[in-house]
Amino acid sequence: MSEFEPKIVAFFCNWCTFTAADLAGTSRLSYPHNLKIIRVMCSGMVDPKYVLKAFLNGADGVLIGGCWPGDCHYINGNLKARRRVAMLTEVLRAYGIDEQRFWLRWIAASDGNMLQKIAKDMTEKLRAMGPSAVHAAQIAG
Amino acid sequence: MSTCCKLSFEQGGMNKELANFFKGLLEKDIVHALLVPVSTSTGMVRQTLVRSQDKLDTIDPFAPVVPVNGAKLVSSITAHPSGKKLGVLLRSCEMRALVELVKLKQADLSNVLLIGMDCYGRFENQNFTKVRGEGQTSEAFLASARQGTTAAGETDVAGACAICEFPSTDNVDLHLSLMGAEPGEMYIQGISDKGDQVLKILGLQTAKIPAKRTTVLEALIKERTKNRDQVLGAYRETTGSIPALSDYLSSCVNCYNCRVACPVCYCKECVFLTDTFRYTGDQFMDRSLFTGALTMPADTLFYHLTRISHIGTSCVGCGQCTSACPNGIDLMPIFRSAAEKIQERFDYQAGRSLEEPQPLSVFFDNEFTDVTGQVK
Repeated sequence: MSEFEPKIVAFFCNWCTFTAADLAGTSRLSYPHNLKIIRVMCSGMVDPKYVLKAFLNGADGVLIGGCWPGDCHYINGNLKARRRVAMLTEVLRAYGIDEQRFWLRWIAASDGNMLQKIAKDMTEKLRAMGPSAVHAAQIAG
Repeated sequence: MSTCCKLSFEQGGMNKELANFFKGLLEKDIVHALLVPVSTSTGMVRQTLVRSQDKLDTIDPFAPVVPVNGAKLVSSITAHPSGKKLGVLLRSCEMRALVELVKLKQADLSNVLLIGMDCYGRFENQNFTKVRGEGQTSEAFLASARQGTTAAGETDVAGACAICEFPSTDNVDLHLSLMGAEPGEMYIQGISDKGDQVLKILGLQTAKIPAKRTTVLEALIKERTKNRDQVLGAYRETTGSIPALSDYLSSCVNCYNCRVACPVCYCKECVFLTDTFRYTGDQFMDRSLFTGALTMPADTLFYHLTRISHIGTSCVGCGQCTSACPNGIDLMPIFRSAAEKIQERFDYQAGRSLEEPQPLSVFFDNEFTDVTGQVK
């Protein structure tokens, strides 16, 4: 049986993290293909519903990437995202999806190396943890 | 902040005494209208917007039933203010929900006289009608509850009430207090300056609140807190995963009644009724292919999890969601258990204070650094 490959849905902010992913690409830094990147304008626009939907439809992990506090293109979208993630973490943890599967990370536009490292770390962690429990049952959507 | 008046009544005379009190509010022009529970001809008790004193004859404020969380009603009357002065009688769960709605700018208290009351709990609507049919009066219910039994035969108060640790109402102007009082007595406490002023205008005889009220309240809160921890603990133990939650909700038919009944479900238009959730046939086919089968109607779990994330910071645990479910799903523990954790995380308590900002309405530079765990 082939090794389990986790599916990670990654919401990357246009200004920092997505740019870092671009930089990683142009710098020929390879990162795991487990990440399915969705470009959003700001980490602050990641509605909790996007995260819930990703998990319910079979994501093994969700990664939100934003600018460091103080660097947000919209001044404070990332700070709103941080509170929202704190709230959503409590909801997900109660149903067996803990912090190990749901990450918020600050990745600066200039930091392709950081992007590579976080992508690798998360993939390895989830590979070791195995599939999300959502796969185990027929979910009512 | 300290005025207190006493109402005394013969057995069977409580509602008449209360009617006189409320009539006084209208008569002295303290308020132009009252939102209070009034008995209907069928024996049901409904919150009623009363303008005329004679309509207060059938008032029944302590009837153990809350057909709709009153916060929603106050919101519907005051969100677009009338300029008229309104007096409202609210139980703790209603007042706490109202505090949340005020913060969301969906209710306006500037012309409202808030009257709180002691609450031993409410029956589900059908049970209330049944118990009333068997002849139980509000006074009989209170007498029994005072002895520690809220149940009437097989029928007990709603699950939410059995685990409610807020038997009295905070943040009000006046408070109707029964706990710690002798049968045949009720105290009207002035809680705010506005409340004190009202009592002065009414010219009721002042009295001292019985000292044992504090002890009685503390004992009840302790018991309810114990029940709460037990019920929420049992819920968490059996429903700790997405598949388990899916099983718990297996009879949900997406009627969205729980959302309609919820006093703090604040969106003007629910996203689940928008085009976002109007899928094409292709989308259904693709989704069912992923798991091999898709329970229809779809998005049940998604709906409830979204509701948790929307109202988790504001849920007051009134239990109207459970009451509204046509398929008997006990929804209250889902929301209360999540709300407990979320509110703990933000050091927030829904309905505690009008001054505390809602957790998702503010943000600061150096906080929740544990979320990312990164330090620059």
